[in-house]
Amino acid sequence: MEINKAKVNKKKSIFKKISEVLLTMASKPSGFIGLSILVFHILLAFLSPFLAPYDFKAIDPSLMLQAPSSEYWFGTDSLGRDVFTRTIMGGRTALTITFFGSLIALLWGGLLGIFCGLVGGKIDDVVMRVVDAFLSIPWILAMLLIVSLLGTSTQVLIPALGFFYGKGIVRVARAATHDVIAKDFIVSARARGHSNLSIIWNEIIPNVRDAILVEGAMRWSWMLLGFSSLSFLGFGVSPPTPDWGLMISNARGLMSFAYWAVIAPIVGLSSLIIGINLTADAFAKALGIDRSTKAPV
Amino acid sequence: MSEIIQKVKNLSVGFKSQKGHEISILKNITTNIKKGETVGIVGESGSGKSTLALAMMGYVKQGLFKMGGECIFNSFNLLNMNNRELEKIRGRKIAMIPQNAGQALTPNLKIGYQIDEALKLHTNFNKNEREKKISELLNKVRLPSPETIALRYPHELSGGQQQRVAVGMALAGNPDLLLLDEPTTGLDVTTQAHVLELLNFIAKDTGTSMVYVSHDLGAIAQVSDRIIVMYSGEIVLEGPARDILKRPIHPYTYGLLNSIPKLSLAGLPGSMPGSQPQPGTKKEGCSFYDRCNLAEEKCKKNSPDLEYINELKTSVRCFNYKKLLKDKSKKQLSTSRNEKNIKINEILNLTDVSISYAKQKLLDQILNKITDTNPTVKDINIDINKGETIALVGESGSGKSTILKSIAGLLRTKEGNIKFNQDRILSNDLKKRNSSDLRAIQLIFQNPDESLNPNHTVEEILAQPLKLYFGLSGEKLKNNIIDLLEKVRLGKFYMTRYPRQLSGGEKQRVAVARAFAAKPDIILCDEVTSALDVSVQAAVLNLLQKLKEDFGTTYIFVSHDLAVVRAISDRVAVLYQGRLCEIGPSKNVYKFPSHPYTEVLLGAVLEPDPDIKPKLVAEDIVEDKPPEKGCCFQGRCPRILGDKCKNETPPWQIGDNGNAIRCHINIKELENIQNGN
Repeated sequence: MEINKAKVNKKKSIFKKISEVLLTMASKPSGFIGLSILVFHILLAFLSPFLAPYDFKAIDPSLMLQAPSSEYWFGTDSLGRDVFTRTIMGGRTALTITFFGSLIALLWGGLLGIFCGLVGGKIDDVVMRVVDAFLSIPWILAMLLIVSLLGTSTQVLIPALGFFYGKGIVRVARAATHDVIAKDFIVSARARGHSNLSIIWNEIIPNVRDAILVEGAMRWSWMLLGFSSLSFLGFGVSPPTPDWGLMISNARGLMSFAYWAVIAPIVGLSSLIIGINLTADAFAKALGIDRSTKAPV
Repeated sequence: MSEIIQKVKNLSVGFKSQKGHEISILKNITTNIKKGETVGIVGESGSGKSTLALAMMGYVKQGLFKMGGECIFNSFNLLNMNNRELEKIRGRKIAMIPQNAGQALTPNLKIGYQIDEALKLHTNFNKNEREKKISELLNKVRLPSPETIALRYPHELSGGQQQRVAVGMALAGNPDLLLLDEPTTGLDVTTQAHVLELLNFIAKDTGTSMVYVSHDLGAIAQVSDRIIVMYSGEIVLEGPARDILKRPIHPYTYGLLNSIPKLSLAGLPGSMPGSQPQPGTKKEGCSFYDRCNLAEEKCKKNSPDLEYINELKTSVRCFNYKKLLKDKSKKQLSTSRNEKNIKINEILNLTDVSISYAKQKLLDQILNKITDTNPTVKDINIDINKGETIALVGESGSGKSTILKSIAGLLRTKEGNIKFNQDRILSNDLKKRNSSDLRAIQLIFQNPDESLNPNHTVEEILAQPLKLYFGLSGEKLKNNIIDLLEKVRLGKFYMTRYPRQLSGGEKQRVAVARAFAAKPDIILCDEVTSALDVSVQAAVLNLLQKLKEDFGTTYIFVSHDLAVVRAISDRVAVLYQGRLCEIGPSKNVYKFPSHPYTEVLLGAVLEPDPDIKPKLVAEDIVEDKPPEKGCCFQGRCPRILGDKCKNETPPWQIGDNGNAIRCHINIKELENIQNGN
């Protein structure tokens, strides 16, 4: 019973910590704006199927390229689909895929980076050179290769994106680990005879967690842009699923006279990216990390 | 009466808290600095001494602002001037010497170039004159062969030499006032003594006024004419150096002087309870009220004013100073240690231990060949008895921490072995040591900020060894933690705190508790008090001594502070360049230092007493590598015999007092020479 109680107490304190961080983030205008945009997009992703006035895949040639009106707020596209419906639903796939992709990137990148930072020596050398080699490959080419070999299903896209965006996190996590590894509390844990795993879990992760989370949040916005680029090139989601990258790609040829079909998804995509960036910055500030040097301020 | 060059009037400096309150760091400081005098500003960390020194050159740190008052230098009101106007004064009229010269010098510019830059800025000399001036300045700060020094980069100089260059640069503009912010704090004892002697010489030679800021009363005592004691942003005592050090009439200064361990004094110094109030927490009454043993009811309500006592030429901020004035008895508040007769029951034997940092080539590793013939630490033979405190002393680079690390298993020894409890040889490899060996040896580190995980509560920190070694959990674990906290005199409520919510002394207590949690036989103390303020240091030393008496733990105590070692250790081993020079019971080593190096080392210790001057017998050179053959101290030895010392490793000799030394000169002869001096 006692142990259970202790666990409950601990959980509460984590909740408290999260709410404190969120409050600190929201107390600055930039953080407030970022958080609001992000929350708005997440809510939209959940609720858009119920809010959408039309069917997103209903094609009607007679309604082709209608200008915005009271009936079709954002106009219609070249196949006569409602742009408003498709825009509010266009972030769902991208958000889901990139969210899980970033989680995977965070996990493997963070853990590998911490491990390399801790053990050092030859293993570190070899792993880091492999990571460097991957960094030198243009990711979009590699992604195209993977997608064309394995298809564009979610099960392929999430791990592939997670892999390519995790390489950078390895470096950040390793550097953050190097910062703490020289501190005496690690030496002390070593001298007591703790295992590497216990040192990573108890001593290192609590100290590098913040830096890695912030990096992960930044990667999320980059991944979103990357995923939209894939869709734009036709390798992301397959039609007729609504997606901003795909919508921009489809409507860009008609931009000169049907600008509405391009502008709406662009606003959707860029506002989400700006929202995530602002949130990540505010998050970093709330945790006391200076992103330009990655040193605690 | 000589003229006043710097006038500080009612100066208050503070910062705005997050809630918008104005919190003062300096409160109503008024003082004058006369031409040609050296004023020491002393206080513990957070007392505002550096802020005051910086204000004297018209600088207020970022985040702080002037709340009132002024600093008038000659006729300039420094704190109201803009940067362009200040540029003309800083460097030319007022110069500053920073704490860490290594960081203050630009690493990729040659020394000569950097001084030249200062000269260009502050003087109107042409190129030839400047060149002449550079070697003149380097000569003045007594650097050997100025021409070659000028061509070197900062990293090619030792810490002491770098500090000399910084002094030289500060003198480039011929300033009227020199501000020195802890200029000798990071230096070795012998180097420190030399730098202070140089500063004294410069003060006399050039007639420059100096403001010397330090927490070290020993250093202040050597240079100052007048001392200002600061506490919590206020001047609590100001007067002639000798009177303040010999007869402190403020209870804080009195306690501070008492808590400094001294060479002449066996036993632990008396400690002062509590700690300095944080800025902004104290509302009314005397700021020292909580820690004062003369405090009365009125001290709680009213804050005393700085009162000038004419016959003593001293200003004091205390209602009850007369009590201290009457107290003429010069008793030292020291708690004597029980020097029990330690049974000869060896717990740790170091036999022929050598440690090298050099990387072995792969082939040599496979063949198990030792390539480094001149390792960092060599031939260490020490037998440590159960229950004793043995101290390893020496300057930086003497290998004392290295030895400690290899005992803990963090560093592999190249040769020799470490035997525990007379029967087990401790493995070289930490991973191969079994759990009971690991538990038996625990470490306490120098800096508690670094040795406690900032993201763990005190409870989590203390739980780690208990879980690891004893598998405790639940209620039992909690009770054990509370028990440990009480042992180090911290209450139960500290359990939920994070290290950042504790003061330096409290953090170190937690670190001590963590070491004792493992119920160790041996505790390795690596400079455990050097990051702490003196009053806190005394308390931690007393705590360590108490715990040792309760548990019979053996301490291996590493320190560069010889007075601290004198206070706590039973036996002392003196190391130079990773070689043992002298080992013996501390009271004898301190009374009759036989080995020339011990003599040099002890001679350079600064005491907070203006009458005890350091003896500077050896050259102030820093050797980066031990010599290949012969005696390790040959490079600096004042009693060197010649080729014998250079070629032959000196033999061990045991004196009548129980000291063992390693020297070619007969130990009797050495004692006679020193007594003759």
